[in-house]
Amino acid sequence: MDKIVVENLTLQYKDGTESLRAVTMAIPANAITVLFGPAGGGKSSLLRCFNRLNDLADVQTVSGRILLDGLNVLDPDVDVVALRRKIGMVFARPVVLPFSIRGNVTYGLELMGERDAPRLNEAVEHSLRLAALWDEVYDRLDDPAIALSGGQQQRLCLARVLALQPEVVLLDEPTSGLDPISTGKVEAALQELKKDYTIVLVPHSIQQAGRTADFAAFFLQGELVETGPGKDLFTHPRDQRTEDYVTGRFG
Amino acid sequence: MSADGRLRRYAAGGGRRILTQRLGFTLLTLTAVATVVPIILVVVYIVIQGAPAISWEFLSGVPREGMRQGGILPAIVGTFYLTLGTAVFSVPLGVAAAVYLAEYAQENAWTRLIRIAIINLAGIPSVVYGLFGLGLFVLFLHLGTSILAASLTLSIMTLPVIISASEEALRAVPQAFRTVSMSLGGTRWQTIRRIVLPQALPGILTGVILGLERAAGETAPILFTGAAFFLPRLPHSPLDATMALPYHLFVISTQVPEMPIRIQYGTALVLIAFVLGMNLIATVVRSRARARRQW
Amino acid sequence: MRANTRPGTAEPLRNWQEAVLSRAVRLSGYSAIVFVGLIFFFLVREGSPALIEVPLADLVGLRWYPIEGHFGVLPLISGSLIVTVGAMAVAIPFGIGTAMFISEIAPRWAREVLKPMVELLGGLPSVVLGFLGILLLSPFLRQALDLPTGLTALAGSLLLAGIALPTIVSIAEDALDAVPKSYREGALALGATRWQTMWGVTLPAARSGVLTAVMLGIGRAIGETMAVMMVTGNAPVLAVQLGSLFAPARTMTATIAAEMGEVASGSVHYHVLFLIGMLLFLISLAVNVAASAVVFRQRTRAERVLS
Repeated sequence: MDKIVVENLTLQYKDGTESLRAVTMAIPANAITVLFGPAGGGKSSLLRCFNRLNDLADVQTVSGRILLDGLNVLDPDVDVVALRRKIGMVFARPVVLPFSIRGNVTYGLELMGERDAPRLNEAVEHSLRLAALWDEVYDRLDDPAIALSGGQQQRLCLARVLALQPEVVLLDEPTSGLDPISTGKVEAALQELKKDYTIVLVPHSIQQAGRTADFAAFFLQGELVETGPGKDLFTHPRDQRTEDYVTGRFG
Repeated sequence: MSADGRLRRYAAGGGRRILTQRLGFTLLTLTAVATVVPIILVVVYIVIQGAPAISWEFLSGVPREGMRQGGILPAIVGTFYLTLGTAVFSVPLGVAAAVYLAEYAQENAWTRLIRIAIINLAGIPSVVYGLFGLGLFVLFLHLGTSILAASLTLSIMTLPVIISASEEALRAVPQAFRTVSMSLGGTRWQTIRRIVLPQALPGILTGVILGLERAAGETAPILFTGAAFFLPRLPHSPLDATMALPYHLFVISTQVPEMPIRIQYGTALVLIAFVLGMNLIATVVRSRARARRQW
Repeated sequence: MRANTRPGTAEPLRNWQEAVLSRAVRLSGYSAIVFVGLIFFFLVREGSPALIEVPLADLVGLRWYPIEGHFGVLPLISGSLIVTVGAMAVAIPFGIGTAMFISEIAPRWAREVLKPMVELLGGLPSVVLGFLGILLLSPFLRQALDLPTGLTALAGSLLLAGIALPTIVSIAEDALDAVPKSYREGALALGATRWQTMWGVTLPAARSGVLTAVMLGIGRAIGETMAVMMVTGNAPVLAVQLGSLFAPARTMTATIAAEMGEVASGSVHYHVLFLIGMLLFLISLAVNVAASAVVFRQRTRAERVLS
């Protein structure tokens, strides 16, 4: 069952750079799909198309379709606000909002108008547990979020997204600044989350891709080279370019 | 010439260069001192000369004997009203304009035109503002010489300061906050209201206080729009004219013969204290905000 | 999914209140243009009749004596000019010198003291400076230079220098501070002394910012009213020789401030004062446009070099 289907997506920025060229792929539900490849491949741009965050960038043309459960996300009539609650995003650098830990997690819910304190508290605990952060912060939820370590901040960003109960979670190099222990905690959390969510991950290293991928897609300079089940792409790539990248001949 | 000789010549030249530098540094130090010391002297002198005049009667009484005796309460109250009136008009408009420039506007010809207009408003001589206020508010809109007319005039004059300071404060808020807020389903306006404005508030407040401080000390814009030479009662409506500290100081130092010097210095001291007090508040707001910033 | 974006823009709005607020914010943004236009319009409206009522030859005449119908503005222009030139002769060297000191020589603790001091001077109301000018500066000048009166253009120039200094110092200091450290370090590594680096490398690199500072200082000086009105003696005499600096003079700004109160609305005098106001507006417009053009030109040149 495919959660997201990308059909012939082409994306070009105002300064002329072509970020994505005729990309067609499917993202299965309840699994971790990994988009990997060298820098400039278009992976981040693709993620930002999913939640229409590219609307904020200098985009010249977007053509093609992105179907979320059959509905085209790129349609101008789409309710972008509702879309962004269904598709959450965790960014490369942990960006905690200038509030308390609790305030960060409830921010998305407050945007929706949720004011009921018990419901908010329940959401806080639930999301922080899912993000494997609850045990470390449960006794200081009202402390400023900026006081947390980098790894904890990133898990807080994950909890912030999960509080909105999305269907898809996008992660753009989420562990790039983190130490190995924090990275491990995030990856473990993702393995738990994939049972109920669809995860799309841009890894910051090929090793992370190998560890986490159920399905993988290799991007090279805006072009989707090949896709397949995770193990296969890294052990038996079909395309020569994939093999060159995976074995480290360029990168 | 031997290498040794060349080195010696170079060292000698270096000695001359060091001498030049020492002289130059001394000269610049003297320049800076000559610029700053008079400032301190001026303030200290006014405090010394004016302090004896300060008393409760002086601050709470009305002028008598053609201003030569009594107090300056109407002027103090008038300046307070004018500052308040200026704030009422210039702060909402100025902050809103800054929000537009920082959050909504794109870099196009219209935005450049707005910025040029702001720079120009900042450079217009204060007496020209007085003329404009006279022509538009006092005469054309029939507001008469009033606190309202003077406040409106001062507001337009204060607008560029508030817009510039507020825009800078808004831009200082990290862009990442806005991206995160939008990615969680926030609209642009929600993002501004919940994150950007609250975080920029100390900077905006500092700018507002500094702008109002300037407005409080100005004489020319209120000369023909709201200032009165002498009023027996305190103003009780925005359509009344009013006395004001800067105008009062001007009047008693140039128009009143045999004016006791002590009262002149006392008035100057009260005016400086008002203005510098605001400066101090702004500085405190700025440094406290810097310490408590969460980014 | 319900559509709530305005078609064509991906600008989500939650409800009509947000739409109203967004519209209000947009309008506020354009208010600056509206006000500049309004000011110009009113100045023209009340000032242009003077161009009809007073023959042009009279306007550029040498006598300003409104009571007898003489509206020659040249003495006023020359008064503004001589006072401003005198002020800049003091303010530019002291201003740039102080800025160089703060930015290049002063230790950190001195910087933390000097900058607020200069800001303090900028915050002093000009009427206070004028007041001190009357009580202290003019008598001093009269005695020291053996003049018939201390209320002279020179007194005005000195006060104006004090008023323009904070502008020049703070903007120039910002410009000098913005010069990348690598410039200085490069020069020092080549064997230059700090003095040579300051004048040969840092100041030229910051020259557009320093030029802007000076131009804005000039604008500030030309536009000053109260301080000059109180100490220049208010004699509208054509100032052409160096000696005029030691005689009374009158600026355009002081003329408006001093005479507007006694003028009948709609009279010729009234219109001429507005005409002078228009002239001041145009002068400040020219100075400000020139100042911002300097900044833009430098920026585009740098962009071309770096791309």
